[in-house]
Amino acid sequence: MAQQSVTEPVLKLTGIHKRFPGVRALSGVDFRLFPGEVHALMGENGAGKSTLIKVLTGVYSIDEGMVEMEGKRLVVHSPQEAQAAGISTVYQEVNLCPNLSVAENIYIGREPRRFGRIQWKEMNRRASQLLEERLHLRVDVTLPLSEYPVAIQQLVAIARAIDIQARVLILDEPTSSLDRGEVARLFEVVRKLRGEGMAILFVTHFIDQVYEISDRITILRGGELIAEYKASELPRLELVSRMIGKELTMLDELPKTAGETRASDTQSAIVAASGLGRKGAIEPFNLSIGRGEVVGLAGLLGSGRTELARLLYGADRADQGKLQVEGAGKGGVHSPRSAIDAGLAFCPENRKTEGIIEDLTVRENIVVALQATRGWFKTISRKRQNEIADEYIRTLNIHPPNPEQLVKNLSGGNQQKVILGRWLLTQPKLLILDEPTRGIDIGAKAEIQRLVLTLSREEGMSVLYVSSELEEVLRVSDRIAVLRDRVKVEEIDKDEMDEQRIMKAIAGGEGA
Amino acid sequence: MTADSKGRYSSGSQSSLLSRAYKHHLFWPLALWIALLLFNLFYSPSFFKVVVREGHLYGSLIDILNFGAPLMLVAIGMTTVIATRGIDLSVGSVVAIAGALACQMISKGSDQNALSLVLYAIVMALVLSVALGLWNGLLVSITGIQPIIATLILMVAGRGIAQLITDGQIITVSSTPYQYIGAGSLAGLPFSIFLVAIVFAISALLTRRTALGLYIESVGCNPEASRLAGIRAKTVMIIVYMFCGLCAGVAGLILSGNVASADGNNAGLWIELDAILAVVIGGTSLTGGRFYLTGTIVGALMIQTLTTTIYSVGVRPEVTLVVKAVVVLAVCLIQSESFRKAIISRWKTRRYPAEREVTRHA
Amino acid sequence: MKRRTKMWGLLTLTLLMLVATACGKSDDKKTSGSASDISLGFAQVGAESGWRTANTNSIKDSAAEAGFDLKFSDAQQKQENQIKAIRTFIQQKVDVIAFSPVVESGWDTVLKEAKDAGIPVILTDRAVDSKDESLYVTFIGSDFVEEGKKAGQWLADQYKDASADVNIVELQGTTGSAPAIDRKAGFEDAIKGNSHLKIIASQTGDFTRAKGKEVMQAFLKANPKIDVLYAHNDDMALGAIQAIEAAGLKPGIDIKIISVDAVHDGVQAASEGKINFIVECNPLLGPQLMDAVRDVVAGKTLEKRIVTKEGTFTSEEAKAALPDRKY
Repeated sequence: MAQQSVTEPVLKLTGIHKRFPGVRALSGVDFRLFPGEVHALMGENGAGKSTLIKVLTGVYSIDEGMVEMEGKRLVVHSPQEAQAAGISTVYQEVNLCPNLSVAENIYIGREPRRFGRIQWKEMNRRASQLLEERLHLRVDVTLPLSEYPVAIQQLVAIARAIDIQARVLILDEPTSSLDRGEVARLFEVVRKLRGEGMAILFVTHFIDQVYEISDRITILRGGELIAEYKASELPRLELVSRMIGKELTMLDELPKTAGETRASDTQSAIVAASGLGRKGAIEPFNLSIGRGEVVGLAGLLGSGRTELARLLYGADRADQGKLQVEGAGKGGVHSPRSAIDAGLAFCPENRKTEGIIEDLTVRENIVVALQATRGWFKTISRKRQNEIADEYIRTLNIHPPNPEQLVKNLSGGNQQKVILGRWLLTQPKLLILDEPTRGIDIGAKAEIQRLVLTLSREEGMSVLYVSSELEEVLRVSDRIAVLRDRVKVEEIDKDEMDEQRIMKAIAGGEGA
Repeated sequence: MTADSKGRYSSGSQSSLLSRAYKHHLFWPLALWIALLLFNLFYSPSFFKVVVREGHLYGSLIDILNFGAPLMLVAIGMTTVIATRGIDLSVGSVVAIAGALACQMISKGSDQNALSLVLYAIVMALVLSVALGLWNGLLVSITGIQPIIATLILMVAGRGIAQLITDGQIITVSSTPYQYIGAGSLAGLPFSIFLVAIVFAISALLTRRTALGLYIESVGCNPEASRLAGIRAKTVMIIVYMFCGLCAGVAGLILSGNVASADGNNAGLWIELDAILAVVIGGTSLTGGRFYLTGTIVGALMIQTLTTTIYSVGVRPEVTLVVKAVVVLAVCLIQSESFRKAIISRWKTRRYPAEREVTRHA
Repeated sequence: MKRRTKMWGLLTLTLLMLVATACGKSDDKKTSGSASDISLGFAQVGAESGWRTANTNSIKDSAAEAGFDLKFSDAQQKQENQIKAIRTFIQQKVDVIAFSPVVESGWDTVLKEAKDAGIPVILTDRAVDSKDESLYVTFIGSDFVEEGKKAGQWLADQYKDASADVNIVELQGTTGSAPAIDRKAGFEDAIKGNSHLKIIASQTGDFTRAKGKEVMQAFLKANPKIDVLYAHNDDMALGAIQAIEAAGLKPGIDIKIISVDAVHDGVQAASEGKINFIVECNPLLGPQLMDAVRDVVAGKTLEKRIVTKEGTFTSEEAKAALPDRKY
């Protein structure tokens, strides 16, 4: 935008330093944000994006440096203070109160009052009006927030930001769990706000989206500022290579369709589900996965991908159908524990709440599943644990390479690698990966995809790969199962796989 | 990240022994306990005097060990429960029930001194305690009632059960072997302290030498992630509640053995609160996860030292609880890292405001 | 899923409550079996000691003998329970309410409610500190100040020729309770004439053996020379005796022990010479209470204060009295 160069930045960070025990999260980072722009903050996992945002929102204090807002020095000690100062944040996992109503979430702490009593009707009216006029969103504002999908919840969070007249809006990975339509809608709102002069800081891993909406891009790597660019002047390839700090060849190394070279043996099924289903989660489906085969699961958010994966793993109980797992005990697979015993492994979609055990160390997080299958008394000796941890830290390239680091201090991608390590250690026959690359930078993404291919090709491990990124599913899968509205609608073999075909299956209706 | 290896290097070998000790989780509990002991030394030098009297050691320190034994036991059990994100409010009632049952059985016997009778009573009391723990564990893990509510049921009902067993009376026993549990001495030390040592050793072995400790911490940190990683979270919960019941049972035997009587109303009254406090002072977080058995022991000893101190210093009974509360508050504040940081940063900003401004503008 | 487990929790709770109330009901029926027009609601402190149990039994037995419909409630030493029980009695429209207050203060509101409902209240064993004497009809019970005085008087007599200081330690009852306050006051009053008699330490033992022992152990460590122990009840004295013995001293000889109550275990210890002097606190006030109830219902005016008959025991007297001690 033309006016950027003349106006003063609304937010200016100079020489920000932040250290954690054993980690330098930010060293001397400068950053500026102008009114009426969308500014993308890019970087790999561990680059310091999250830390920078937490500094801005008052979650962390800074060791050195200065934050200025509209020319005045700004010190915030808590997200509340940040909000009061005009900085609002919308997170990937929405940080509102799920069991309060939409209206309450917008006005919490600022309820319209009369004689000390909350004017409920007035509040609901204002909330509806706000959502409809500013965001073109028509919902029942008296329902609990949890009744609505994440996309709506994010819009509610934005509505709150608008209402408190925030001048800076931080969108932290807002699109990770949205489908295309929802992303488009979000961007529509973002553009509108930009037009009204809001300064928007946008953090994402989706490069397409960056170019779709950003005016300016700042790149961080290893806690240091690499550079600030105008989006129009930075070619994609350069962006990627600046982010990972080397020439981009990794992704190209992967064959586009890896099918031919793979020694898949579909004859012997590791897992065979027939008529398996669970009310309200997924309609009965048939699915078999052969040895060494990579089966992709495609479908929109909420189409039942995760639910299907959880049924196979025994994380949820099926209420109908049959599940045969090679090597399962008498009772079959009915719980995670029995699934693990039968040689299954599961990386859940929700890394923070279902994957990592955050207050434990990297070492403990890696050995926990193997130890669980061995029982109390067959303890893995501390020496062996250290060896295991070191081995996986090396082979999976986990950073920082410290087995005694608490897992919560690792970046998202490295946490994912720890969970992968946990499962590889159990030497599973079938590895179920639910959105393994969500919220992860390109480098780590490529590493994980490559790992999947290596495992299936060289070790004969079967993989069920769930992802909302079509490109990714296409890249790794031998066969793709497509889900739509909690029904498995189609199975596509490798010779028929292409983006068009799958999109049609996902969209349904007017197909062919 | 290049800073990583450097950062680790500095925290690893450059740090002195002192700063490593400072970072250890036992540093603050121990420091505060020692401070309390030093206060006593200053106040009455005889506090540390230990003499041999009638074949056993005698002195205030020994009293602290002896009277602190039940609290230490209960707190050990409580630690494991709290580590799984739970809490057990019913321990006080279990203490009363265990003592009541054992004393009732012994007092009904023809020869109260018969070792077989006493052993039988002890075993029955402990079996009942474990069963009560099982009840708590089932309520928490299977029905999914919040631990604080689930154990509240037994906390309230348990006093009634103890009353039922004793018929509302204080049951007095004159059984030398039973009294030995609470008042006897072995090798000059109170016998109860050996029970604590045994239970502590067993729990330390089970949690640190087997995988149980990892399971408990994992379940406490993130129950759902643990379940998906193959840990039988419900079984782990049931086990810790049963263990907590067992610890409370042993504590009940010591308490009732010490005074040779069972008092359904007052035995173990409020011990759950002291136990929770001991666990927290010891460094285990109420939100579960990492737990520290040694820290808990230090916490329990600190609480008992405080009680004994108050008795020997001669605080007026009307203000005893206030004094206790103030000391506990101070202990908790000093232990809180954010409080310490706040104090330090206050102090620093007061001292160097000008200097900071200068560097900023430069 | 979560909702279902919550439902289960609720169900369990409700069931438990049902069981609990069912138990309560069957209890009521037992006592209301005898035909009578006079109903008496009695709110007992709890069952904290042998003395209290004897007191409870005396009331239950004499109520049955008199043919009264007794509604008995055990407050488990909590004032709120007792207030709740009294309110229940008012709702049930009993003829007379009697109770032993857990603590002295905080009774005005609930007593006013009883008065407004026209139900006379009799205090037993412990008094309340209400300024409005019209809130209760009479107070039957021991005079705790007198008990303290008796204990102090005996001590003063024993040491009237003492030339050196006599160090006394005191184990008080539950802080704030009437017996603890009065027994302390009476005792101090009786010994103040002799300047050699000095209370060097005083701490609460909550009327329990365990606390009595724990506090006495601390006293013994902190004070090298203790001559006399004054305990506000037998249970604390019994606990303290164990502490004294553990210290290698002889209770009754090296340390003289005075206590109040004269329950069976206490009298037995006295007969063995371990307690030197016990002031009786007579728990058997059932018959006196029933007489008062009958008089109140008949419309007679009662004395504001009815004192129970109480004696004292030295070791010798204890030996003789022991066989007859039922409680």
